[in-house]
Amino acid sequence: MGLTLAEKILLAHTDADEIAPGDFVMVRCDVVMANDLGGPHAARELVKMGIDRVFDPSKIVIVADHLMPAKDIRAAELLKALKEWCDRQGVMYYDQGRGGIEHTVLVEEGWVVPGSMIVGADSHSCTYGALGAFGTGMGATDIAGAMAIGSFWQIVPGTIVVEFTGKKGAFVTGKDLILALIAEIGVAGATGMALEFVGDGAAALSIDERLAVSNMAVEAGADTGLFPADDVIAEYLDGRTDRPWTAERTDDDAEVASRVRIDLAELSPLLALPHSPGNVVPVSDAVGRKIDQVYIGNCANGTMTDLRQAAEILRGRSVHRNCRAIIVPASQKIYRQALAEGLLDAFVEAGCIVMTPTCGACLGGHSGIIAGGESAITTTNRNFKGRMGSNEAFVHLANAWVAAAAAVAGEIVHPADVVGRAAA
Amino acid sequence: MTFEGKAVVIDQDDVDTDVMYPGRFIGILDDEEMAKHLFEGLDPSLRDQLTGDTILVAGANFGTGSSRENVPAAMRAAGIRCVIAKSFARIYQRNCINLGLPAIPCPQAVAAARPGSRIRFEVESGAVHVDDQVFQAAPLPPFMVELLGEGGLAPWIRARFGTS
Repeated sequence: MGLTLAEKILLAHTDADEIAPGDFVMVRCDVVMANDLGGPHAARELVKMGIDRVFDPSKIVIVADHLMPAKDIRAAELLKALKEWCDRQGVMYYDQGRGGIEHTVLVEEGWVVPGSMIVGADSHSCTYGALGAFGTGMGATDIAGAMAIGSFWQIVPGTIVVEFTGKKGAFVTGKDLILALIAEIGVAGATGMALEFVGDGAAALSIDERLAVSNMAVEAGADTGLFPADDVIAEYLDGRTDRPWTAERTDDDAEVASRVRIDLAELSPLLALPHSPGNVVPVSDAVGRKIDQVYIGNCANGTMTDLRQAAEILRGRSVHRNCRAIIVPASQKIYRQALAEGLLDAFVEAGCIVMTPTCGACLGGHSGIIAGGESAITTTNRNFKGRMGSNEAFVHLANAWVAAAAAVAGEIVHPADVVGRAAA
Repeated sequence: MTFEGKAVVIDQDDVDTDVMYPGRFIGILDDEEMAKHLFEGLDPSLRDQLTGDTILVAGANFGTGSSRENVPAAMRAAGIRCVIAKSFARIYQRNCINLGLPAIPCPQAVAAARPGSRIRFEVESGAVHVDDQVFQAAPLPPFMVELLGEGGLAPWIRARFGTS
């Protein structure tokens, strides 16, 4: 019996001779990541564990993004202590102004290669699946354990193979592919599973779009969401990393839990309505809903691809007088590239504000909290009740075209209807 | 090893960790302080029902979303001894077990439980007693039984690898 890609990666990181879904295994990590929330928490747990030194400083990476820039004194103290801890342990620390949002930074900086095992103290660590790595999210104690002994416990997941076929139409992006999948299988449809994305529609996606897809694998409950290594990934990694990697694939005779097929030609731009990422409808079903705040950014959709889409809508137009728009490039590199391409100027001229890379408003932490009764449309990954601020606010998830179009219209609108109008 | 107490019921599916512990409190590192914000976005009055011997009973996909460990840490500090749900989201369930808080899927026990029911979970056998009824949960892997016995992953690692 053959193995799935997820099983092959796990097997290569255990002492087991064979594995099957449901098995309990101890798994070695190639990279252990924590941000400025999980990091301080994990450092505290390490003390409880009686561990003075992390198992291998070269495999640990810390990124300041959730509390950064420090929103209050408590955050400032945590960031200060975290920097000191990183220096003491000799681990890589992407400080304020040096990195950006964790998952984007790890991918950009070459920490992520196909076949690797990466654990992160953040649920969206499944994003690394976009480059064929088994990235998976955990809590702080788990991460402290991985920092201490270099391995973690895991139940081997089954595999759901998701076949994307055909060509997507105008204004349809990676965001819509993953929203369509969550609508199909449900928010717990992949619990205990790895997702694997295949088919001509998957192969045609750029790295940025794959990141958007893999990022929300956890919104279907999955351990990770894998794109098998291919030429697109090889080209992206060329010159970016010196980590060795090999292209593994699911064997033809591997047993998979289920198969799902999504025809991209049938997709239109989608929207997850409040208060669940699984509450998905076509944008056309929600046209006319008033929008108070637009947020374009985050670890799912703060890439150059997203910013270029948003700029295409916003350049030469204005944010509606009853609406506010926030743009958050996902990393310093993206910020500079967007600056060089003139995108940031177009955003500011349109009346948006451009934030430094941060997770702030996405999780209702800081820098763009919404009030009771307000509605937001965002390119983020979660729209739970109270996620971005007031418990009485409403968050809609969508792609960057749809979000930018709503900023111009002040209400939900199909992006084609904005592009169709002449710029002012 | 048994975990025993009085049921507090959250009769909803897909309860996420954001409503159980909103992002604005996420920088708090002290467990007792965290407990003051538990269930803030779901129903703050639930906190008044936590009497120190609580077995939390919940629906399907309980704990979906963010990996924030503040949720089980606050639960433990607030006197929740065990969580029985129809099913769990993966990361939340891991976090509970790592903190020595059993998170046990057992839909039959959830269906039988009422607010105030006496519940007892027997780790080795997987039996879940709800008042005078008994239900069988899937047995835990030996490693998890060991973790629960030692109070979680931190003491487990300390006993085997700790140097300080």
